[in-house]
Amino acid sequence: MKFTLKIWRQKNATAKGEMISYDVAGISPDSSFFEMLDTLNQNLVMTGGEPVAFDHDCREGICGTCSLYINGRPHGPVKGVTTCQLHMRSFVDGDTIHIEPWRAKAFPVIRDLVVDRSAFDKIIQAGGYVSVNTGGVPDANTIPVPKEKSEAAMDAAACIGCGACVAACSNAAAMLFIGAKVSHLALLPQGKVEAAMRVQKMVACLDELGFGLCSNTYACEAECPKGISVANIARMNRQFIGAKLFSEKEKTVRDSL
Amino acid sequence: MTRLNARIPEGPVASKWTAYKSASRLVNPNNKRKLDIIVVGTGLAGASAAASLGELGYRVKVFCYQDSPRRAHSIAAQGGINAAKNYPNDGDSAYRLFYDTIKGGDYRAREANVYRLAEVSNQIIDLCVAQGVPFAREYGGLLANRSFGGAQVSRTFYARGQTGQQLLLGAYSALSRQIALGNVTLFNRRDVLDTVLVEGRARGIITRNLVTGEIERHAAHAVVLASGGYGNVFFLSTNAMGSNVTPAWSAYKKGAMFANPSFTQIHPTCIPVHGDTQSKLTLMSESLRNDGRIWVPKKVKDVEKLRNQSIKPADIPEEDRDYYLERRYPAFGNLVPRDVASRAAKERCDAGFGVGRTGVAVFLDFADAIKRKGHDTIDALYGNLFQMYEQIVAENPYETPMMIYPAVHYTMGGLWVDYELMTTIQGLFAIGECNFSDHGANRLGASALMQGLADGYFVLPYTIGNYLAAEIHTPRFDTSSSEFTIAAQAVTDRLQQIKNCGGKESVDHFHRRLGKIMWEYCGMARNDAGLTEALYQLTELRHEYARGVRIPGGLDEYNPELEKACRVADFIELGELMVRDAQQRAESCGGHFREEHQTSEGEALRNDDKFAFVAAWEYKGREVSATLHREELQFNEIKLSQRSYK
Repeated sequence: MKFTLKIWRQKNATAKGEMISYDVAGISPDSSFFEMLDTLNQNLVMTGGEPVAFDHDCREGICGTCSLYINGRPHGPVKGVTTCQLHMRSFVDGDTIHIEPWRAKAFPVIRDLVVDRSAFDKIIQAGGYVSVNTGGVPDANTIPVPKEKSEAAMDAAACIGCGACVAACSNAAAMLFIGAKVSHLALLPQGKVEAAMRVQKMVACLDELGFGLCSNTYACEAECPKGISVANIARMNRQFIGAKLFSEKEKTVRDSL
Repeated sequence: MTRLNARIPEGPVASKWTAYKSASRLVNPNNKRKLDIIVVGTGLAGASAAASLGELGYRVKVFCYQDSPRRAHSIAAQGGINAAKNYPNDGDSAYRLFYDTIKGGDYRAREANVYRLAEVSNQIIDLCVAQGVPFAREYGGLLANRSFGGAQVSRTFYARGQTGQQLLLGAYSALSRQIALGNVTLFNRRDVLDTVLVEGRARGIITRNLVTGEIERHAAHAVVLASGGYGNVFFLSTNAMGSNVTPAWSAYKKGAMFANPSFTQIHPTCIPVHGDTQSKLTLMSESLRNDGRIWVPKKVKDVEKLRNQSIKPADIPEEDRDYYLERRYPAFGNLVPRDVASRAAKERCDAGFGVGRTGVAVFLDFADAIKRKGHDTIDALYGNLFQMYEQIVAENPYETPMMIYPAVHYTMGGLWVDYELMTTIQGLFAIGECNFSDHGANRLGASALMQGLADGYFVLPYTIGNYLAAEIHTPRFDTSSSEFTIAAQAVTDRLQQIKNCGGKESVDHFHRRLGKIMWEYCGMARNDAGLTEALYQLTELRHEYARGVRIPGGLDEYNPELEKACRVADFIELGELMVRDAQQRAESCGGHFREEHQTSEGEALRNDDKFAFVAAWEYKGREVSATLHREELQFNEIKLSQRSYK
């Protein structure tokens, strides 16, 4: 197979970027999208050019490192897969393929197609955990967890933190990412204890990290390679409002004393 | 020889760890604040260690090459984590887990370490549940278990096919909490290129900031390497693209011995190679062998018909199928350990019964399981794996059997460590896959996650304290000292040399060649003549690489080709050491199969009189052979016997 690639090239965070056109040929339909880019990069190295930088690591769809807008869609045209699991058989021979980095204020470009997603780490640092230390925890079977709760928690916990939800959102909101973590932990008795505080702390850091407000378009769910449901956003909103009410009520009780 | 003292505590194996903990020195909380620890790597071992050490009050700096600690390759582990909880009431115990691990490792692991691993396994599950890891549960709300290769009990805890992901996210969340509290500082997108020694002790590292290219110096009272395995020496493996040996290799060159480098695990259930541009291999979890049956056709003419697509696998009647694992190993069947299953697949393919376009694959068939358990149950158990398979191969495993073939997956070898997980460099610790310690010559499924977390959560926090208790009067180190300056300059020189060698071929070109040599001569089957040939080819390759590699771009910018170039240079040197190790070990054991040493039935034949030792290699210079040191293995609890899964 052969393709014309139009790829965003940008030397560094401050440089002005542009779309550059390349041709690749001799690509097997069984090749992954990155193996196709590897071929391009090998050609570039051999001809004295500079290879295209892109984020990738596990190449089996689980680490969440890979990104890319492919023809305007996060992770490309196939639903439910990451870019590294996209295969060239999903394209038509001779296609022109547009490849761009995630576009979001919170994810600045580092080089070419590589972006900085440390804002996601900061969200987790704000509260995406259960505050237990190593040691001194009860036996694992002390607290039974209903299977359906555990399954729902797992559905939410399947998030790989790739950022496709942010890239897909017209407001570059991180609601699905936060919603997934808040839901995962709030659904389990172990995480419920500090659920109210968690949701507030996580939501509170969104503005300063540069994420927008929920666009309510569900584009995040549509483009999520792991099928994380927007129901998690609803659950987070309920948690958030509940937490706010709870803290107001606490305040009232305190003031009346 | 005195340098190889494993410092195993006295007493019966079951009470060694308790005795050690009671006698080890402690550091009081005020002093912990004055002690710095560097942790390299944020996989299960690194993240759990960094989080736990931060909780204890040490000042921790943690490093990863990825953009986020959550992306370390532990995330890709699928099947599960072992623990001796005995929740299913099927006869499990710490002793049995210990026994299975020693036996599974073909009697080449250290008893004391393995017993400790089995002993702390239960605490891991407790902690992970408390962190919110959504393990699979039964309808009664209690934890579910499944069985795995090499064991006759069900002791594997799992979170669908994403157990590694969920455990890593648990450790990552604990780490994130410590980062927020200021106890741990994160340095992401960093390559660790050297270990710095001051007066013979590990006191720091030299890193390259992968975004800016800056060479940075970091000092600490102790350094912990948790940098993972080195399977990428084979080019094609199930490791992540960035997985590398560089931090461990730099330590080796500074005096940390490297143990059993040739012990490599070739995992039986991976998606077969599709072609020349293949960049990596994808594992299909071993848990699939719980319900999938492995077979090839009995008749060569069926093999041919499959290849020219005139019949489908389902057209081959039951009596013409060779369920070769069930045939050869009736007791364990499809659940034999990985090394045994891999070799059996190779044997069938070499004999001409392999399936698929290339003839280098076997079937993993779910038809019976789907009939027996129903589509929905199979979907609940393996749904995501089936999807992954379909996405890669474009075939639906509900309708036609999967095709699988062994691939490089895990490396049992690694930095030699003593009972305290300290290398032969004082103050340098190695945990997780990057040490050699617990799996002998073959690792059992679901034991890597257990070991990584055992080391990080429950072993290192004690043993490093015992070391640091003597360091409380050591002030923080100044990175402008001559030791750091020399090390940083050496790193810069090396990068410049690689960059300016003026060659014509890409890094990948050499890496692929390295992989072919290793797979051909030091893969699933090895022999003396082949290893000699490999050594010759590797020396050639190393010299060619030094003058033949082309690196575009500059040193002071984001430059993935430069990153790869350093890693591959180290892999080539490591390849030579692996081959030497495989050559000296004139026996077969676990994943190390020497063709000259097999039973009449083609099973691995150990030589316990001569080779019941850990081979630890000491670096002597690039052009000089490494020196072999032996740590004799004492088996007091377990009687050595021919491993049998029949």
